[in-house]
Amino acid sequence: MVDMTADTDQNDAGELRTADGQPLKSSLARAQRRARTRAAILVAPLLLFVLITFVVPIGQMLFRSIHNDGFTMHTSISDGVKTPIMVNLRDWFDDNPRGTEPDEAAYEALVMDLRLLRELRAPGQVGTRINYEHSGSRSLFTKTARRADRLEAPFKEAVLDVDEDWAEPELWSAMRTASNPYTLSFYLAAVDMTTTPEGDIVSVDENRQIYINLFIRTLWLSALITGLCFLLGFPVAHLLAILPMRTSNLLMILVLLPFWTSLLVRTTSWMVLLQSQGVVNDVMVAMGIIGDDGRIQMMYNQIGTIVAMTHILLPFMILPMYSVMRTIPPSYARAARSLGATSWTTFRRIYFPQTIPGIAAGSMLVFILAVGYYITPALVGGSDGQLISNLIAFHMQNSLNWSLAAALAALLLFGVLILYWLYDRLVGIDNMKLG
Amino acid sequence: MTVTPQDEAFVSFDRVQKSYDGETLVVKDLNLHIGKGEFLTMLGPSGSGKTTCLMMLAGFETATHGEITLDGRPINNIPPHKRGIGMVFQNYALFPHMSVAENLAFPLEVRGMGKTERDAAVARALDMVQMGEFGGRRPAQLSGGQQQRIALARALVFEPELVLMDEPLGALDKQLREHMQYEIKHLHERLGITVVYVTHDQSEALTMSDRVAVFDDGRIQQLATPQALYEEPENAFVAQFIGENNKLMAEVTAIDGDTVHVKFDDGETGTALAVANTGVGTRTLLSIRPERVTLNPTNGANAVAAEVLELIYHGDHIRCRMRVHGNDEFIVKVPNAGGQGPLEEGQKLTIGWATRDCRALDA
Ligand SMILES: Nc1ncnc2c1ncn2[C@@H]1O[C@H](COP(=O)(O)OP(=O)(O)OP(=O)(O)O)[C@@H](O)[C@H]1O
Ligand SMILES: [Mg+2]
Repeated sequence: MVDMTADTDQNDAGELRTADGQPLKSSLARAQRRARTRAAILVAPLLLFVLITFVVPIGQMLFRSIHNDGFTMHTSISDGVKTPIMVNLRDWFDDNPRGTEPDEAAYEALVMDLRLLRELRAPGQVGTRINYEHSGSRSLFTKTARRADRLEAPFKEAVLDVDEDWAEPELWSAMRTASNPYTLSFYLAAVDMTTTPEGDIVSVDENRQIYINLFIRTLWLSALITGLCFLLGFPVAHLLAILPMRTSNLLMILVLLPFWTSLLVRTTSWMVLLQSQGVVNDVMVAMGIIGDDGRIQMMYNQIGTIVAMTHILLPFMILPMYSVMRTIPPSYARAARSLGATSWTTFRRIYFPQTIPGIAAGSMLVFILAVGYYITPALVGGSDGQLISNLIAFHMQNSLNWSLAAALAALLLFGVLILYWLYDRLVGIDNMKLG
Repeated sequence: MTVTPQDEAFVSFDRVQKSYDGETLVVKDLNLHIGKGEFLTMLGPSGSGKTTCLMMLAGFETATHGEITLDGRPINNIPPHKRGIGMVFQNYALFPHMSVAENLAFPLEVRGMGKTERDAAVARALDMVQMGEFGGRRPAQLSGGQQQRIALARALVFEPELVLMDEPLGALDKQLREHMQYEIKHLHERLGITVVYVTHDQSEALTMSDRVAVFDDGRIQQLATPQALYEEPENAFVAQFIGENNKLMAEVTAIDGDTVHVKFDDGETGTALAVANTGVGTRTLLSIRPERVTLNPTNGANAVAAEVLELIYHGDHIRCRMRVHGNDEFIVKVPNAGGQGPLEEGQKLTIGWATRDCRALDA
């Protein structure tokens, strides 16, 4: 036994001390604190970066999907001063329950508010906000606000004189909804629902439903693309895993080659191949398989989206599967064979189950990428090959309804999280190997 | 069982050659006949072609030339799963996604055995390797030695007549290895199976086998019982590979029956046992086991002057490096008898050995 008391001293209380008489505990804590601080300083830049570029924007997006103050607050562009707007009308909404017929007082409040809007040059902003819920309202607001100063009591008649549409209960219902900046109406809109003037939540007309179908289509196409990637990628990954290192490295370059070309180039090359005047159709016509007037439409529809996205996402399926397959020693298959299993049984019972972590990781990766894919469907999808992300982009760029875009994106996010959770329950996250 | 007539052999390799790349032969002209119930070990340095031979027998490699027969039937064209050969792999190859019991049930399942029968057989096999309670565990939850036993049980559970083992104990520590050696030997005797065992641990080969085939460079250098292998190595490779060995170079001066008279390079003479066909005037390599050398011999058959260069204490014996006939690497094992006068470095003395312990091999 080596004598340890030289290093640590024990005082009367039984407390361990270091050689220079410090209590051992505090000395240890100090040493660990130093290490922790160093580690924290090292990761701080990344943490900050992730926080600023990832957590904050997502939080912003989630906030925007339930908050829109277009009807309640005006921010001056020149000096940033915030002015509450539509105050009178909001008071009237507070005093009268939903479904109340707008009376003279309501119209008076409206005219007062419109006068303020005119001063602030803000009728467009409020009109746009109401337009999200009730189309055609923007011009109504700008038009009426322009004449607001000249309107006199009785205000109801005067306003209705300007435009009959002010009498529509849907318009008043929309204004009531918008009078609270915190609202779930964007989520309702994102699942094709709306609030009736009586306050009931109902589905919108069958022919105006877009989002639910688009969500379903997005999920279905993503699942299909994932399935295709799996079917095409599995044999390739297997081949890569069993070939000698040199050959497989060469093949791996072919798998990775698409990563070295721009996404746009790859997508456009599919356009060149598949469009009705494209290479594939030309060859088939030349070979007499189809007639010149029977050219197959493979671009600007779902087929185009499926083909191009499968091709683009294939490497994301192959790589995780390959990395898992590579680690499966051939001795398992040999053992199974020596135990009397045919090659098919060996594959089914021994090889395949061990590749599941790779398949799961690849499928997860491809599916999540596909669900949020934007550029390829936008280019080759035509009208029925569009995915939900294309509509989100539309609301971001064209209709400028950011709250709806945020609600759609949030739904997508929740959907993926739910799938992730389901996956964890069914397969187990620790069963997934990403590399 | 030592020498099996060729036509009665259970497994036989007949002029088998194997090349992977078409340029070099990894197995060169292998002739090997293994009797039923025999425990045959393939022993040899790394890369000598042992695994290759085993793989050809199991059906994972095809022989480039020659024929392998199992129980009289040529097996070159029988796929591995129909050969009915049990196999234990060096890394055990237990299926990681199956429990121990499922691993054992697998060979029975693919043979279409019913569930109740299967469970009974699995339980029997687990008991056989004293792992009865471990059926529900995953292989990763077992220690190396336990995994090894399961691998053994799996190779035996479908009652094959031939079991191949490729360095099954390579990953175990010394104590466990010795224990498992005993268990494997015991199972072999109890079940009456034929075992082909690969190892590069010579003591393992010597303690377990009925016969040992010493491989080198794709050839069997000697095929004999462990005792014969140690006592009567037929060539320099075997003499050096099995056990420790002192080498002395000399020239044959006369041959008298099975005794050869030799002259060492320093001019002294001696006698040795003729093993290789050496003629008068040729050079020969004399091989003497370190434990067969006596200090201060009373009868002076091969008495020779020696000088102690180094003493290494080994507990039960002392290894003594000496200069003998100009060779500085001559090792003598001196038993630690306690009473014996201690040797000292630099001490000069006489040592000797019996003529039959000094084997004259090919130079
Ligand atoms: N699949 C293969 N392709 C090409 N050469 C191979 C292959 N397998 C083995 N070899 C070569 O054949 C020779 C014999 O290999 P083998 O595996 O039979 O040796 P071994 O005696 O089992 O050695 P060890 O004790 O190291 O396991 C070696 O030189 C090896 O490089
Ligand atoms: Mg080997």
